[in-house]
Amino acid sequence: MSTAEVTVVPLLARPPGAVPSWLRLLRSELRLVFRRLRNLALLAALAALPVLLGIALRLAAPGGGRGGDAGSSFISQLAGNGVFLAFIAITLMIALMLPLAVAVVSGDSVAGEAGLGTLRYLLTVPAGRTRLLAAKYVAVVVFGLSACCVVVAAALATGAALFPVGPVTLLSGNTVPLGQGLLRVLFVTLYVAAAMAALGAIGLAVSTFTEHPIGAIAAVLVLAVVSEIADNIPQFAAVHPYLPSHWWLYFDSLLRTPVATSDLLHGLLSFGVYAVIFCSIAWARFTSADVTA
Amino acid sequence: MSTAGTGTDAGTGADAGAPEAGAGPGPGDGPAAPPAPAITTSGLTKRFRGGQIAVDDLGLAVPRGSIYGFLGPNGSGKTTTIRMLLGLVYPTRGSVRLLGEPVPGAAARVLPRVGSLVEGPAFYPYLSGRANLARIDAADRTTDPRTAAARIDAALDRVGLLSAAKKRYRAYSLGMKQRLAIATGLLRPRELIILDEPTNGLDPQGTREVRGLIREIATDGVTVLVSSHLLAEVEQICTHVGVMRTGRLVFQGTLDELRSQGSRRVVIRTTQPGEAAATLAGLGLADIRSADGEVSALLADQSPERICRELVLAGVGVAGLATPRPNLEDLFVGLTGEGFDVDG
Repeated sequence: MSTAEVTVVPLLARPPGAVPSWLRLLRSELRLVFRRLRNLALLAALAALPVLLGIALRLAAPGGGRGGDAGSSFISQLAGNGVFLAFIAITLMIALMLPLAVAVVSGDSVAGEAGLGTLRYLLTVPAGRTRLLAAKYVAVVVFGLSACCVVVAAALATGAALFPVGPVTLLSGNTVPLGQGLLRVLFVTLYVAAAMAALGAIGLAVSTFTEHPIGAIAAVLVLAVVSEIADNIPQFAAVHPYLPSHWWLYFDSLLRTPVATSDLLHGLLSFGVYAVIFCSIAWARFTSADVTA
Repeated sequence: MSTAGTGTDAGTGADAGAPEAGAGPGPGDGPAAPPAPAITTSGLTKRFRGGQIAVDDLGLAVPRGSIYGFLGPNGSGKTTTIRMLLGLVYPTRGSVRLLGEPVPGAAARVLPRVGSLVEGPAFYPYLSGRANLARIDAADRTTDPRTAAARIDAALDRVGLLSAAKKRYRAYSLGMKQRLAIATGLLRPRELIILDEPTNGLDPQGTREVRGLIREIATDGVTVLVSSHLLAEVEQICTHVGVMRTGRLVFQGTLDELRSQGSRRVVIRTTQPGEAAATLAGLGLADIRSADGEVSALLADQSPERICRELVLAGVGVAGLATPRPNLEDLFVGLTGEGFDVDG
């Protein structure tokens, strides 16, 4: 009875006005990522750290105006303007916390499904290997962007609460109005999100090679850290521009006037190339591999 | 049966591209050619990296409307075959056709018409049964999202999980997990359902439930392929069987054909086994065995009446004489090998 009622529904002709199928899969993918407790805990940690950082800096510099020493220009700027907490937070978080968050979600993307065995159920639906991989990558990129937004939003809120807010004095010494300062914060966020999208592509590729999500996550994180260390060894100067992490910190160009756009474009080009190469590897592997998990 | 037929007819019509698939399975299509077999494979071979051959030159033929028991010991290549049927594993050689369409070539077109359970249930432990089915349905680009909720609940209802729909998968019992996996095959009308060891790990009660479910699915005219390492589990429901051993198909046909494979024996209950055996030997019967006051031999083309008469004439006291139908389990074991010998 109930089954008969269901079987008469015309299934294969998509009715007009229905949600497009790619959007449906993507929504399902995003729901999976953003409802997972582990991922939410990561985002919560990303939100908590800027708050702790703000409190610590507020306690360290109670008087406000006596920065300038020891070359910590970021921190001295902060004393004058809470907006700067966003830049400080991003600078600190991009070293480990943001890559960690992206490594977890991207490394888990395919390997996690393979490990659970849900991959074989999705593929026999059939979800389509290319289509599933695309949805997974978009979800990784969206998660990376969300992680950056969470850090910046938490930092801005904390900064506004604990420090004065007003026109922003840039690293180059000029002062811009608050509105332009916030616009620069937005651009920094997007730039860092692009960097994380490139790292996410690496994670996606690694993830297609294993059924063990922890292994994939660790591999991506190790790769990011090794790249950051290599980037600090002067003897490797020749390869520095090619390292995946090399351009991460170049967002500080956005904090100067004039903005060093060539550095930013170099960075974005590097992220784009990494994303294309590793998405291709992920695709080649995922569409040709036997699914035996 | 007709409802499932109409749904899928609309589907084949919409796809339109497939040459021979145009032959709709609807009962009303008078002059149309008979529909393609549910499953055919030819020369299907899989050699994994490392050289091990999991499936060797397999030629499956699963007729439409049959319940096909796909049998073989663990490790005989059943699951690898099923993975190839569903496009999860790519064959080294040979070809697969599901419902007349090549796989993996036309997988996107044909797999929506095929429901499956591969190598045990696998779901997100932190999601409810209902949310897990929603996830599967969301991946299907050919279903209508607006009917998803109703279809999911109908599938849950059919496997008896509606009352546990909100429970997390983690909290399901093994039988419930198995049934949820079967429910994924019922989210939409199908023409073929492939169930890999659906009764694995279930208690007798659960096994019976699953058997009942399979029977019910098949009454709609849906072809069912069900794999098992135990003949007894599927014997009652199957119309056809295929038996695998170390990657090769050692038997394929109807259950009656399998029975006729085994040669009938004559079994004599007597207090004089020695004399009885001698008489049987004198009649030219082969493979004479004697144990526990019973003597048996291959019947071949001898008539039981004649054997009885000869025994009596020879002065052998015959307490009983029978020619039992060959035991399917024995035939099966004969085909697949004894005990723990899982070669490969």
